[in-house]
Amino acid sequence: MKTILEIKNLSKNYSGLKAVDNVSFKIEKGHVYGILGPNGSGKSTTLGMVLNVVNPTSGSYEWFEGTTTNHDALKRIGAIIERPNFYPSMTAVQNLELVCKIKNIPKDKIEEKLTVVDLLSRRHSPFSTYSLGMKQRLAIASALLNDPEILILDEPTNGLDPQGIRKIRDIIQEIAKSGTTILLASHLLDEVEKVCTHVIVLRQGKTLYCGAVDEMNHNHGVVHLDSVNRDGLFDFLKGQPYAVSVKEEMEGFKVVLNQPVDLGAINAAAFEKNISLNKLFLKKQSLEDQFIQLTNHN
Amino acid sequence: MKRLLDIEFHKFKYSKSSKILTIIYLVIVILLMFTGLIQVDINGFKGSLSDLGIFNFPYIWHLSTYMVSFLKIFIAIVIVSLTANEYSNRTLKQNLIDGLSKKELILSKLYLAITLALLTTMIVFIASLTLGLFYSDYLEIGIVFSKMEYLPAFFISHLMFFCFCLFAGVLVKRSAFALGLIGVWWILELVIRGLSSFIDFKYELDTWNVIQHILPLESASLLIKEPFTKISIVQGGIEQLTQGQYIKDYGVSLINVATSMVWSFLFIFWSYKILKSRDL
Repeated sequence: MKTILEIKNLSKNYSGLKAVDNVSFKIEKGHVYGILGPNGSGKSTTLGMVLNVVNPTSGSYEWFEGTTTNHDALKRIGAIIERPNFYPSMTAVQNLELVCKIKNIPKDKIEEKLTVVDLLSRRHSPFSTYSLGMKQRLAIASALLNDPEILILDEPTNGLDPQGIRKIRDIIQEIAKSGTTILLASHLLDEVEKVCTHVIVLRQGKTLYCGAVDEMNHNHGVVHLDSVNRDGLFDFLKGQPYAVSVKEEMEGFKVVLNQPVDLGAINAAAFEKNISLNKLFLKKQSLEDQFIQLTNHN
Repeated sequence: MKRLLDIEFHKFKYSKSSKILTIIYLVIVILLMFTGLIQVDINGFKGSLSDLGIFNFPYIWHLSTYMVSFLKIFIAIVIVSLTANEYSNRTLKQNLIDGLSKKELILSKLYLAITLALLTTMIVFIASLTLGLFYSDYLEIGIVFSKMEYLPAFFISHLMFFCFCLFAGVLVKRSAFALGLIGVWWILELVIRGLSSFIDFKYELDTWNVIQHILPLESASLLIKEPFTKISIVQGGIEQLTQGQYIKDYGVSLINVATSMVWSFLFIFWSYKILKSRDL
């Protein structure tokens, strides 16, 4: 698989404070990555370093397997950092034309990308007249201008109202579907959960986890069951090899799993013991639970 | 280079302050051209300024470059605000993320400074030529295009000043403070002048003669010396007062050219170093 970005032992100290501490990870083509971590965990600093605006204290990084210089690599990516930065007196089109000149690409995609983010009707208004949501969408259009090999988004929904958040998320999901590699930094877990296949978890500048979302905790979720014959069901469940723990609750039993299960097989086995289930469903652990668990363990 | 100039002029073209200040600059230059019509009455001489012979070739080259030099502050504000606003709008950061290298960024600003210095030189050339053709008593080609060393001197002093502005913008990141810094530096040079003149007077030394060629603003201003005492009527007046012959070298001296070039280089080099070491 093609590696887009490889970070090796990257560190950044701000006058004694370790903002990023020996972080290493790899971004491979075609995945959607989330960088998770509470505020101040070093997400933006890490991105700033690979985007050539923050000087690393130590360590290194390599774009596109080292086949190009850093600033040429940046012409092939699209990135938005924290808040949209444009020239206030220029219109959307003028701002995007400037980006085309910097990236050395033709200007013919400007209208197309403005359509993607729903800004075509306001393309000739000065940037300073835009609302925050529109500014953020213009930033996304700008990042898409070169049909980037990777799109880097740092807190893209920060400070937006619910409609704005929804709009940005729809756009991101649309882009992810088209097969573009995405690196999304956020402290909003559900945001990451909705789009990401892989996560990198940072805390106090250190990498806690890097890998697929599902494998984060070797966790297989929880099965919820219920039956009229609760005593029978309890005895049945206690004997099962996949059950780590069985807990009775108001609405039935909650079984924590230690391996993947086939719900149909469970149903058949219970029926054999003359227990008819009136409730049976599997619930995956949310990213939030996993995240909290992970950050607590370490 | 073409790409970098294109990028920089895109920013220049769509910036409100640069448009307004450039227009002010041009308007003042044009107004100055009409001063030839002003009627004066000095030392028993009556008539318009043009009758004084101040628009004669080749004297006009000296006079106009000297006068128009004062207007460079308008263009300087443009450069300072274009540079410092890149910081306050955080577009500098976005430019870098979009794939401009830090070296290219400083180079593009330098190209802008060079181009603006060239353009202002062109403007003063055209204005002087027009004025001279209207009012000059001598129109022989050999005289019209003689003693034009003031034009390259004008270019060099402007370039040095623009590089200084660029450096100030990069250093302090806010246009108002950057202009303040330039003002403070100018005052500092005056203070140094006062101190060294005092020392010269007290210990009978000649320090100012050396220092004036080292300080950036002072040495740039020495590139084009004041032209007024060259006017025969003024010179005559001074000679009457001092009862002696008034002799002064009005030429462009190479030491000041060298100093300005060195300062220009240093300002650009330091800007690059600052940009490179700073986190954005």
